[in-house]
Amino acid sequence: MNSRDRILQAAAENQPAQRDLPVIDFERLIRYDEPAVVFEQVLTKIGGQLIRVKSLEEVKRRFAGEDQEKFCIDAIDCTEEDRLKMKAWKATDLALLHTLYIRGSFGVAENSAVWVDELAMVNRLLPFICEHLFVVLEEKEIVPTMHHAYQKTDVSRTGFGSFIAGPSKTADIEQSLVIGAHGPRSLTIYLIENDSI
Amino acid sequence: MKVQDHAQAAAQFIKDEERTDWHDETLWFVRKKRDLAAHGIPEWEQLREWASQIKDHTLSNLSHYLESFEQKAIANGIRVHWAADGEEHNRIVHQIIADHDLKRIVKSKSMLTEECHLNEYLIQKGISVVDTDLGERIVQLRKEAPSHIVLPAIHLKKQDVSDTFHDFLDTEKGNNDPQYLTEAARQHLRDYFIASELAITGVNFAIAETGGFVVCTNEGNADMGAHKADVHIACMGIEKIIPKAEHLGVFLRLLARSATGQPVTTYSSHFHRPREGQEMHLVIVDNGRTRQLGRADFRNSLKCIRCAACFNTCPVYRRSGGHSYHTAVAGPIGSILNPNLDMKANADLPFASTLCGSCSNVCPVKIDIHEQLYKWRQVIVQAGYAPVSKKLGMEGMAAVLSSPALYHFSGKMGRTTLKYAPFLVNNGFNPWYKQRDMPAPPAESFGEWYQKNRS
Ligand code: SF4
Repeated sequence: MNSRDRILQAAAENQPAQRDLPVIDFERLIRYDEPAVVFEQVLTKIGGQLIRVKSLEEVKRRFAGEDQEKFCIDAIDCTEEDRLKMKAWKATDLALLHTLYIRGSFGVAENSAVWVDELAMVNRLLPFICEHLFVVLEEKEIVPTMHHAYQKTDVSRTGFGSFIAGPSKTADIEQSLVIGAHGPRSLTIYLIENDSI
Repeated sequence: MKVQDHAQAAAQFIKDEERTDWHDETLWFVRKKRDLAAHGIPEWEQLREWASQIKDHTLSNLSHYLESFEQKAIANGIRVHWAADGEEHNRIVHQIIADHDLKRIVKSKSMLTEECHLNEYLIQKGISVVDTDLGERIVQLRKEAPSHIVLPAIHLKKQDVSDTFHDFLDTEKGNNDPQYLTEAARQHLRDYFIASELAITGVNFAIAETGGFVVCTNEGNADMGAHKADVHIACMGIEKIIPKAEHLGVFLRLLARSATGQPVTTYSSHFHRPREGQEMHLVIVDNGRTRQLGRADFRNSLKCIRCAACFNTCPVYRRSGGHSYHTAVAGPIGSILNPNLDMKANADLPFASTLCGSCSNVCPVKIDIHEQLYKWRQVIVQAGYAPVSKKLGMEGMAAVLSSPALYHFSGKMGRTTLKYAPFLVNNGFNPWYKQRDMPAPPAESFGEWYQKNRS
């Protein structure tokens, strides 16, 4: 017998009698009157910042205003041609990536995480290798908790996706918090407000 | 291999009193951050209950979930391997590396690869791996082992890191600024990421329903490696399985809050398929886990999600340091897992506890940690492996507690001894004395007080 079959057999022999799965009762979960406000509070605490904007146009204007001397990528809406090009970029091409703008699918109030899937990031390296990450999020796409988050999407829809909460960080040296470990040194959420179109 | 047992190594650790105090206080501070985070969630206790029940359910259907996970993962284009023990795990990883003839290898934190001693194995084969988690890189450069599963370099002070970085990364001598040192590590490791050909990561959760796995980090190092390298190898123990993606809602809410008091880790990355042109491997490891599953008294330990809350709260861990446990996973949970791997070599560990129960109180998946420690002691004593110093103390204690007459006598004597001859208590027979200030004895024992006041 190979290891696979031996392990599966040993597991089958040794596993205890059937125990039932619990039902996650959403009535028991914390409620927020204003999820977007909580989202912003938590984000600020973990080293990110939030800027309220009226429209996607405003975000585009801001991108146009970024330092043109630096390597900046706007992955919010790009042509198929752009996407193919971006996909092919290697780490060596992206080593100097300064600023990245991408779209987040939805946010989570309790921990200020934003779901970004492979479709949005185009190239999996982008949101990790850039120095400064900007994520566009619609206010109406903020859910209260992670339980709600997993109801919003099928996480296997794209080959990769990540909940991103704040800039990369570490406290491995004497527990002193340092922002900017291996990933971005800053994270900004552009929140497109509800009553704007 | 082991040179000192826990008590001896702990004695070594606490010689530096200032450092011991710092270690103790820092971890207690992390524990308090955990409390604050937990108290922010009104349904916290309910979450722990759900987490515990999901894990119980999964363990009771483990073979089924492993099989369906494998099937889905293969359909996703992931190459799945099975390893009965650490040796086979290492062989598999080495084979993949050898097949591609790759040299530049980065690894993010994986307690499983520590448990299997993968790095040492690969070094023997002439292959070196760069650990990319900052704490792990620090200890790797110092040729030490991680002393904590979440905070690998918690036993070190910033001047130690500064000295190490001065030697290896050419940083300024005496610059102890964590910001400066972290930046130096960022630059140093970025070169390795950009050049890496193969990335090894751990796995926090594997989803049976979708055949994908989740890796959580704050630094982003697992992602930097996995998305750059042409080959990604993820290594997991069989107990990482959860039934459905929606269960991550429960576990991700608990994990970081229990570990560091953060609401969630910076990155909770869900890997389902290799990127175009990439090869993704998954090594599923048993290494004693199915045996533990068969031990009714100890199978609960397989519910562990490696948050280290039990470490941070443990009075013994905080004052003895992770290295005194001489195993990859230290702390209270390690003291339950390691005797299963090697009962004789790790016979001392279940005794490295006061059985105060604080670990069980904080555990996010409600493992009855202190009860299992107690049970291991019985098993170990029966098997004849009890550590000698503890055996004397324990047997004495058992005799005292089973005889009311002796209990009174011993209590009175204890108080007299403490008051008039403190050095007498400071002998090798009292394992609790070492570097601890004994509490001032009460003027009247509980027994005497009760005799006087019960009428
Ligand atoms: S035993 Fe519980 S508290 Fe300890 S590391 Fe595992 S999950 Fe965390």
